[in-house]
Amino acid sequence: MTTAPAARRTPSAVGYRIGLTVVLALLALAPLVLPPFWQRFVTEILIWGLLAMSSDILIGYTGMVSFGHSAFFGLGMYGAAAALLTVKPPDLWLAGLYGLVGAGVVAAFVAYFATRLRDIYFAISTLVFSQIFYVIIFTWTEVTGGENGLTFSQPRLSLLGLGSDRFTPVTLHWFVLAVVTLSYLLIRRILQSPFGKVLESIRENEARTRAIGYHIERYKIVAVMLSGLCAGLAGVLYAIQNKFAAPDFVFFTVSGEVVIFNVMGGMGTLVGPFAGAAFFLLLREGLSRFLTEYYLIPLGMIFVAIVIFLPQGLLGFLRRRLNQ
Amino acid sequence: MAQIIIQTINGLVNGMVLAMVASGLTLIFGIMDIVNFAHGDLLMLGAFVGATVLTVTGNFWLALLAAAIVIAALGVLLQVTTLRPLIGRDPLTTILATFGVSLVLQKYALWQWGPSVRQISEPVPGHFTLFYLEYPWYRVATALLAGLIIGALWLFLKYGKYGIWIRATTQDRVMAQAMGIPVPLVHTAVFAIGSAMAAASGVLFGPFGGVTQTMGFDFTLRAFIVVVVGGMGNLGGSILASIFVSLLEAYAALVVSPAQAVIASFVVLVLTMLFRPTGLFVPTPK
Amino acid sequence: MLVLDAVHAHYGKSHVLHGVSIEVRAGEVVGLLGRNGVGKTTTLKAIMGLVQRTGGRIAFEGRDLAGLPPHGLARLGIAWVPEERRIFRLLTVLENLRTGLDRPGLSAARREVVLEKVYRHFPILRERRDQAGGTLSGGEQQMLAIARAMVLEPKIILLDEPTEGLMPRMVAQIREIVHALHQDGVAILLVEQNVPLTLEAAGRVYIMEKGLVRHHAPAAELRADHGVIHEYLGV
Repeated sequence: MTTAPAARRTPSAVGYRIGLTVVLALLALAPLVLPPFWQRFVTEILIWGLLAMSSDILIGYTGMVSFGHSAFFGLGMYGAAAALLTVKPPDLWLAGLYGLVGAGVVAAFVAYFATRLRDIYFAISTLVFSQIFYVIIFTWTEVTGGENGLTFSQPRLSLLGLGSDRFTPVTLHWFVLAVVTLSYLLIRRILQSPFGKVLESIRENEARTRAIGYHIERYKIVAVMLSGLCAGLAGVLYAIQNKFAAPDFVFFTVSGEVVIFNVMGGMGTLVGPFAGAAFFLLLREGLSRFLTEYYLIPLGMIFVAIVIFLPQGLLGFLRRRLNQ
Repeated sequence: MAQIIIQTINGLVNGMVLAMVASGLTLIFGIMDIVNFAHGDLLMLGAFVGATVLTVTGNFWLALLAAAIVIAALGVLLQVTTLRPLIGRDPLTTILATFGVSLVLQKYALWQWGPSVRQISEPVPGHFTLFYLEYPWYRVATALLAGLIIGALWLFLKYGKYGIWIRATTQDRVMAQAMGIPVPLVHTAVFAIGSAMAAASGVLFGPFGGVTQTMGFDFTLRAFIVVVVGGMGNLGGSILASIFVSLLEAYAALVVSPAQAVIASFVVLVLTMLFRPTGLFVPTPK
Repeated sequence: MLVLDAVHAHYGKSHVLHGVSIEVRAGEVVGLLGRNGVGKTTTLKAIMGLVQRTGGRIAFEGRDLAGLPPHGLARLGIAWVPEERRIFRLLTVLENLRTGLDRPGLSAARREVVLEKVYRHFPILRERRDQAGGTLSGGEQQMLAIARAMVLEPKIILLDEPTEGLMPRMVAQIREIVHALHQDGVAILLVEQNVPLTLEAAGRVYIMEKGLVRHHAPAAELRADHGVIHEYLGV
């Protein structure tokens, strides 16, 4: 789609580093000063932001809109659940591994098709794939718990060789922040590499990129795998935070929200989706106090307005205003 | 054997309703490159409008007509406010915008009509004996009526003055304009026709499964599937695909639970996209 | 009747028309010559409002065409026969003609007269009326494109390279139809590579080079003195 990458626009690497450090410091301090409700809220924003960022690899950088990220996220959750329910004692890292394997299998499946489909066909097929997994999970009650999902106990926070301890809301937040930050830096690094430039060139003009001699299929496969694993990781974190896995999280609603986060925050920026998630969740929190579940009526309208009037998203809009 | 025949009839009936939904979707895609994510929600709203009118007047056919008209008007409003500004942008932005519209419409229905299931009673009474079942005549009537409506649409497109305008615009927007065809008006009209067809299918389907505010997504998904399987923008293909997919699901329901039977149509979609991405029911382009 | 006054146009960022001025008077056949890529087709597209106009003025019968919706030109009496012909390939021949015939304000009787006239000029189209436009031969498609413009009963036809790629017999037929239209009082702005045909059919000729009109003369003058044609067109 038509969003310029962040890297080219940032005023300077120094400014970026300072900004990142300040934001990370604020996020690290947040749980120490916030009341429990908001503590949890900020942790959730990070997790949803990670999920949204994973989708940005496809939407913003490669020009492929996925309406099926709930499948990766959900399989990450159920993978973690499998590890935590079958292996005693429950192990944090094993949960992560199982979750990534679960999401990876789905991602491989989608990646296989992604190489053949473009534009709306890709969007529709991701939607349909995620529904396949939803139906399987929803109806295979013996294994997945069906409609009720699975509940399990939280693993202990174990750092290799450093002993282990129970998660507190604060340590959980720090753990999530660390995982999210590392993922962000890794993805950013990858997207700024020549590999990322090829993805952007696919977004701008697929035929030309192919003509130059790039093996587009391979690049798309890697992009989908990367995106899927990253989304699976978000699912693992969410499972650990909430101690359950439920089919609702494999359903389309989650995929839809991921797209909303991206569009609202600004596609093709990696941090935009975090901003979008924060904006959406805050707005939902504020609106749903008066409007209960009808909060989606004004939010949906805002979303449509952003699609029409601010194709660069809120972050892109702010950046342009600041640059003026 | 009896079961197979029953499921064949069920599949045909469902297929005709789906064909009606999909023909609106594919018409809109063909002419404007818009993948309308809110199509199922227009169907759902149509069903609610129909149910409301039915409660007030007691006349099913009036309800059907009213739903079609009200939702066509809503379609005009949506097209002018949200889709017209997106003309010339990436088709993917139209999916995003209509997805937003779908959220709004769904929650509006929840607010207006509540979460409970509304029943629409069958306007055609009576049953006939089909093996061990008392099969309602209404289902057969629905299939016939859907067939009539689709046939009328086809005749309109084939012979009607505005039908030719629509087909010309679908093929070459610029040349159609040069011939004096008011293309923006044609776009709006097609969106209205598609919306009205969705609404009418919603009312027709109402007596089968009841009307809920979440029914739209399921129809959107199925309509997407058959439109891709039939070949995007190909009306005849979508209709054949609707019947094909519905029959397949009906037969699959003999083996697995109905909830799992939908996977059959997902598999058809996946296979189509792999081996014949232009659609099952279109001749291979030369 | 049709006046282009210092028209500039852009395709995206590239500047393709650098101030083109052309006038076509009522009932006049005007030729527009030039090598490939000098902006002849773009000039016609600028009149049709299909390229981004970045300067100058285009007026028809004293009325500025800016701000008119693209479908409004046909109602004013401007018809376009594009270089690529742009037949509606899946519509039958008759349906192609109906895109222009089914307009509000055309009585059924008048409609018959117009259709008959077109069929008289192009009998082959009557034979092929129920055949899909895409199945016609190149020459037949060109005739359909011209016929489709004629049913609009325009005051002016913008005719873009009608003889390109046609057999001599077809070229002769195009020459005849241009003549017949002229007899009927329809103005024509004819873009061509075929110099003899243009000099024979047109009253006046404009010669373009690099997005500009470089020369303007009565056709008779150019027929007598071939030097100018040679200078700009190399023939």
